[in-house]
Amino acid sequence: MENNIQAIERSAFKDIEAVDSFEKLELLEIRYLGRKGLLTAFLRNIAQLPVEERPDAGKNANLLKNRLEKAFRELSKKLKSSRDLKGGGVDVTLPGRTFFRGSLHPVTKISREISDIFSRLGFEIAEGPEVETDYYNFEALNIPKYHPARDMQDTFYVAENIVLRTHTSPTQPRVMEKRKPPVRIVAPGKVYRCDSDLTHTPMFHQVEGLMVDRRVSFGDLKGTLTTFVHQLFDEEISLRFRPSFFPFTEPSAEVDIQCVMCRGKGCRVCSKTGWLEVLGSGMVHPAVFENVGYDTQIYSGFAFGMGIERLAMLKYGIDDLRKFFENDMRFLGQF
Amino acid sequence: MKVTISWLKDFTSADYTPAEMAERLTMAGLEVDSVSDRYAYLDNILVARVVQVEQHPDADKLSCCKVDVGGDKLLSIVCGAPNVREGLVVPCAMIGSALPGEILIKKSKLRGQISEGMLCSGAELNLDVSHSGIMELDPSFVPGTPLAEALGFSDHVLEVDLTPNRPDCLSVIGIAREVAAFSNPPAKLELPVSVMPEDNPSVASIHDNIAVDILDSDLCSRYTAGMLVDVKVGPSPFWLQDRLVAVGMTPINNIVDVTNYVMMETGQPLHAFDYDNIAGGRIEVRRAGADTTFKTLDGKDHALEPDMLMICDGQRPVGIAGVMGGENSEILPGTTRVLVESACFNPVSIRRTAKRSGINTDASHRFERGVDPEATMNVLKRAMLLMAEVSKATILNGLVDEHPVKHEPVKIDLAPCALNQRLGTDIGTGDMVTLLEAVGFQVNSSDSAKALDKSDCEEHLTVKVPSFRVDVSRPEDLSEEVARLWGYNRIETRFPDVPVRAKGPSLKIVMREEIRDIMTGMGFSEALNYSFNSASACDFMSLDADDKRRSVETILNPISEELSVMRTTLLPCLFDNMRRNNSQQIDTLKLFEVGKTFLATSKGSQPLENEMLAALWTGERTGISWHTKRSQCDFYDIKGVVESLFRAVGINGVSFEVADSAAYPYYRRGYAATMHYKGKLLGSIGEVNDDVLKNFSLRQAAFVFELDLDMMLSFYSHNTMGTTDPLPKFPSLSRDLTLILDTSVESGSVLADIEAFKQEQPLLEDVFIFDLYEGAPLAKGKKSLSLRVVYRSMEKTLKEKMVKNIHGDISRRIIEKYAAELPS
Repeated sequence: MENNIQAIERSAFKDIEAVDSFEKLELLEIRYLGRKGLLTAFLRNIAQLPVEERPDAGKNANLLKNRLEKAFRELSKKLKSSRDLKGGGVDVTLPGRTFFRGSLHPVTKISREISDIFSRLGFEIAEGPEVETDYYNFEALNIPKYHPARDMQDTFYVAENIVLRTHTSPTQPRVMEKRKPPVRIVAPGKVYRCDSDLTHTPMFHQVEGLMVDRRVSFGDLKGTLTTFVHQLFDEEISLRFRPSFFPFTEPSAEVDIQCVMCRGKGCRVCSKTGWLEVLGSGMVHPAVFENVGYDTQIYSGFAFGMGIERLAMLKYGIDDLRKFFENDMRFLGQF
Repeated sequence: MKVTISWLKDFTSADYTPAEMAERLTMAGLEVDSVSDRYAYLDNILVARVVQVEQHPDADKLSCCKVDVGGDKLLSIVCGAPNVREGLVVPCAMIGSALPGEILIKKSKLRGQISEGMLCSGAELNLDVSHSGIMELDPSFVPGTPLAEALGFSDHVLEVDLTPNRPDCLSVIGIAREVAAFSNPPAKLELPVSVMPEDNPSVASIHDNIAVDILDSDLCSRYTAGMLVDVKVGPSPFWLQDRLVAVGMTPINNIVDVTNYVMMETGQPLHAFDYDNIAGGRIEVRRAGADTTFKTLDGKDHALEPDMLMICDGQRPVGIAGVMGGENSEILPGTTRVLVESACFNPVSIRRTAKRSGINTDASHRFERGVDPEATMNVLKRAMLLMAEVSKATILNGLVDEHPVKHEPVKIDLAPCALNQRLGTDIGTGDMVTLLEAVGFQVNSSDSAKALDKSDCEEHLTVKVPSFRVDVSRPEDLSEEVARLWGYNRIETRFPDVPVRAKGPSLKIVMREEIRDIMTGMGFSEALNYSFNSASACDFMSLDADDKRRSVETILNPISEELSVMRTTLLPCLFDNMRRNNSQQIDTLKLFEVGKTFLATSKGSQPLENEMLAALWTGERTGISWHTKRSQCDFYDIKGVVESLFRAVGINGVSFEVADSAAYPYYRRGYAATMHYKGKLLGSIGEVNDDVLKNFSLRQAAFVFELDLDMMLSFYSHNTMGTTDPLPKFPSLSRDLTLILDTSVESGSVLADIEAFKQEQPLLEDVFIFDLYEGAPLAKGKKSLSLRVVYRSMEKTLKEKMVKNIHGDISRRIIEKYAAELPS
């Protein structure tokens, strides 16, 4: 009987050595461990052995069964790996099949971000024509003809009273004429000025903002713009409000933000001042409300405007305004 | 506006460092652009003592000096001044220094003698001009000390970038008033008081010499004049010249310099006439009327328009009012009798005249913003006294004062609580009054609340606006005054309470942004071009003479010819982008742009703005790599892009038709299509033809499309309520059909015809082309088109036999229609 177990073991391990495929392995498993397998049969026949031999025989047979199962498992693993390798493997360092990667223009990218921030703050998005009447671009905004404030913006004309809008501000009277307060809008878009040099392009982009309601205050303007700047850059950036002049706001304020490059220490970008002028703003001038028929005794509001390229330059570290409109793929591809 | 610290100190004792002053002014709304050291140019000029003087061996008028400048060795300097002598202490420009007028001091040889610097005269240093020869300094000065330090010269120039609402600060006094106001406690503002001398019986009266008549009082509310005789025109004293130079003005002569000096000091422009060239002892202030040309004192001729306000004598114009005087009456070296004008003109009139005649002077700049209507006479007196002093002249008795329109002081009813509400502050009334009074407002409390006031404010103040603040007329203007003096950054930052209610973005914005994402997803990069391009762009595109895209809106004042018309198609810009990139060795390019085109309508109206999408693909189909065979993109690549785009935005079933080459002359004939949906033209697509490529200097094939986004918007179905098809539960069966057709047969029409069977045959689910072949063994002019037709039932698994019948029927009908053959 002892011999019988040893014989099974010898033949089994001899057979294992000859296995080179899953098919042969399967046959082998059946031959030894299958329902009618040699070892299974041996175990089934233990009862017929003399009583004193049974414990040892059972123990040895079970040990062999475990060894064979382990051997078959390892053999299966070996066969699997040699089957995978049959293709020769891949060079994982070779580049994959690429797609052309498209990119959004940085102006689009940051406009979306700005619109998203103000949307979260409850502002709606408005749009208006790029070729404007003198009335909406100037008169409705308290900039009469022959007012020196017209010198603040070099204007392109296409007819005596038709201009390429010099700012996104005409959206303010256009929206207010059509609806009653409360009004909360931002209006991104192209604007045009007759100016072209290292730091000016004849076309650029602005975002206008307007909020009108009962008891809107200058403090609210400060809070809204602070929230905006903190979301666009980060919460550590401080803001500074400076008195200024825009004909359509009173009081008017320029908003400086702490230089995002040097954090206020002073560098080339901020001309060593630590501050960057990024926004114009103020409380809506009563003359503007009168032009659209809003009651200045009941309503107040604030407005602001900012240059999109300027913000994009700061946010993305772009050093030359003209790059925005050259459409060089080496530039566009970076966004 | 430039101003020096030392000049400001004439009027206020407020004591700040230049940097502090700049910071405070900026934060009060007068933005200081720069602060510069007035004497920085003297940095390399040292005190020197002349130790030894010898005659130059080869030049009579030159001396060879040994000079002590505090260093270890004496410098050898050749000097031509007659007053050079041993022991003299003088300024010495060291080698490497630059004197005013960009004179660079270098080591040099003068007639063979080495010179290691230059001994300077006052004039050469823009200092005292009253003495000739080198400047003689206090002998106690220590050689080697910087000159500015030794003389105690220290001053700074502030350049203030004024906003147009603050003409009162176009003057030293105006800025001094601000400086005094923000000092804490407010510093005093000391203004010059000019008292004219008692009438002198031995001197004539001005009224016997000149009569002033304001004929157009709507444009001139006040005209004052004074007269000087026995004038000696010559250079101004040094202190006067020095101050003018410091603020960027050029000294001319003592008379003109005083007009400029007093203008800089007070903000009121003045003009001086040579009285002997004023005909008839008469000044008329009137519109130009019949006078048509005028020569200003800069020698330029100007065409006059009838409504321009002129200063005229008894016969002719002698000055353009408030803008520039005439050559015919200017102050010359021989002038002995001077008429001085100080007047108040209408700002709009001055601005119109200045704009139309293209002259911008310090005077017109101030008048068009508004001068102090109450200052006219005081300023005249100030100028008369100063002029008499510097030109040793005699003032005629009396002054002319024509004052047809009196200034009505502006009074504002101010409710402090409304002001606080506007600012979001809680500033006490007392503080408000203090702030306003510091800049010249007079405040009285009102008797009672105005019945008109709808706010619940009870306390009211009456604020009288000082005459120089022409920008202030409403309570809101006062809120800015209070806010800026209180400090914008002391105003508490608050957050508006906003209802949770707002409209989402318009469908137009949603579609535009979705399209941008789809295009980038398909590998296109977004370009952004100017909305204007060259007037010749339409020619470059070979557009027909009557093409509507030739209705360009022309810019009347363009930057350049290249940017002179509003674009009517986005394609030329993309071609320019392609050329630029190609020239940078970027041969493969996938670009798109979303932007407006502008079609001119009737003259004087706004153009039609139309939002467009254009895309361009040139170069490789895929990136060059080890695993893909190189191939160039073609029509079907760009068409695939536009088809995917349509599918993504829910516009299915766009029809592509061969583009008419008259309407689309920039495409290669036979390689272009128009795109229609529900009978509406959405745009065009195709390969750019050789002529147009050449016009844009392009050297490789380009495939483009341009779509009308406004038209697409009407069919856009994103976000609209719809239905989602249930997933099929049963398998489909596919049958192929290969047809031999004439090459002229449009594949799309075969597809569309099979698609059309869906109407009668609900089991037909889909059809697509999976192969197309031309060439042997097919006959010339034939092509083989292979289609796969997919059948499916939503109720059961289809039986082979049933599909065979349906497919057979469809195939037969298609074969008949196209007279197709079947492959052998």
